[in-house]
Amino acid sequence: MSQVFYSKDHEWVAVGADGLATIGITDHAQQALGDIVFVELPEAGRSVAKGEACGVVESVKAASDVYAPLSGTVVEVNPSIVDEPAKVNAVAESDGWFFKLRLDDPAALSTLMDRAAYDEFLGKLA
Amino acid sequence: MAKTPLDALHRRLGARMVEFAGYEMPLQYQGIMAEHHACRTKAALFDVSHMGQAEIAEIEAFCHLVPGDITGLKPGRQRYTLLLNEAGGILDDLMVANLGSHLQVVLNASRKAADVAHMRAHGVAVTTHFDRALLALQGPKAAEMLPEATHLKFMDAAPVTIEGIDCIVTRSGYTGEDGFEISCAGFDGEALAELLLAREAVPAGLGARDSLRLEAGLCLYGNDIDETTSPVAAGLGFALSRKRLAEGRFLGGAALIKAQAEGTAEKLVGIKLDGRAPARAGAEIRLPGGGRIGRVTSGVFSPTLNVPIALGYVRSDCTEIGTALELIVRDKPLSGQVTSLPFVHHNYVR
Repeated sequence: MSQVFYSKDHEWVAVGADGLATIGITDHAQQALGDIVFVELPEAGRSVAKGEACGVVESVKAASDVYAPLSGTVVEVNPSIVDEPAKVNAVAESDGWFFKLRLDDPAALSTLMDRAAYDEFLGKLA
Repeated sequence: MAKTPLDALHRRLGARMVEFAGYEMPLQYQGIMAEHHACRTKAALFDVSHMGQAEIAEIEAFCHLVPGDITGLKPGRQRYTLLLNEAGGILDDLMVANLGSHLQVVLNASRKAADVAHMRAHGVAVTTHFDRALLALQGPKAAEMLPEATHLKFMDAAPVTIEGIDCIVTRSGYTGEDGFEISCAGFDGEALAELLLAREAVPAGLGARDSLRLEAGLCLYGNDIDETTSPVAAGLGFALSRKRLAEGRFLGGAALIKAQAEGTAEKLVGIKLDGRAPARAGAEIRLPGGGRIGRVTSGVFSPTLNVPIALGYVRSDCTEIGTALELIVRDKPLSGQVTSLPFVHHNYVR
């Protein structure tokens, strides 16, 4: 089982046995956005800094950026959500992942929240 | 922030509420896409009580402020018209119904206070009914759900009693579909909404209202038209009476006659984009590889057509249907074409 972390920008980060971090938006984020109609992903090979806008999701009504929750290099993206953006609404925290990063500093994961801390964070937003 | 008479119902239905024109309004209930499709295939119910309802007794003074032929509006009929400023710019767009003893107007929420002040400053006695409820029942099943009002045709207006509730009903709307706008006392609003929901109308919020009106090619005040916009540029020629334009005896008349004779530098067009990424209000419009020729004023992903659509102003020599355009989104050009309006055909029952 991979361990999952969460950012205040409502992204989840799952670190696999290969050390790669899979990143997507949380279920809370997809619900807040509403029906997603367009996804733009970063190019593989691009290096991104923590907090950098590196993707876009558009709902019927509005656009919002997807941020890199940690610094690293994009090694893979999920083309299935480009072809079928509604998949992000349906399975945001699994098959609706956005991209995989090779982290510059795996220790930086500790700056993110675990599930309990993220749930508490969401509770404070409500 | 102000609330409509249906506020408690919205919360019971689990609406996501947003601020709009000083009101707490439902953005969506189950989701914009589902609500949009419900309106195009069945019937949707919108709370539009934030819009300003008012009564005008003297037609003549009011006529001085609009370019439409209101003296020619027969009792029981409704018309779309405009309040213009001296420069021929649009202060508001509104619906006017002749109810026999008086005119009933429906004003945009964001403009209603300014409209009333403007009308009163020009000697029009206005009685406001801003506490009344206004519901829009829109969609191909709307008539089935409101048999009490099926004697009305498109743009008719009449008092109608619905299960004991006194209403003023017009057969009109802002979605391009057949449907009704139903006005009643604020305290009856919730009961009226409940009985329409019981007839299987699907509650729909401002999100779907916006995507529906945009597909129908209808302007939104504040986005597509404002005080600096000439009705000639906005393609609202249908709201201008030829007779009244010839006379020119209304506020903004001289400017409007000039705009019509000389044309305007820009015109509003419909735009279809090639990809899936929508272009939103403010996006720059260019000719392919060329310079700026205009800007997007409304943009949405069309749930009916499954492509992004937009309204925008472009230089008047670039308005031909099929003209290739580039819309600049996140510093990148998206390709699209000028398209005829409406994007989705109207289904009015005439």
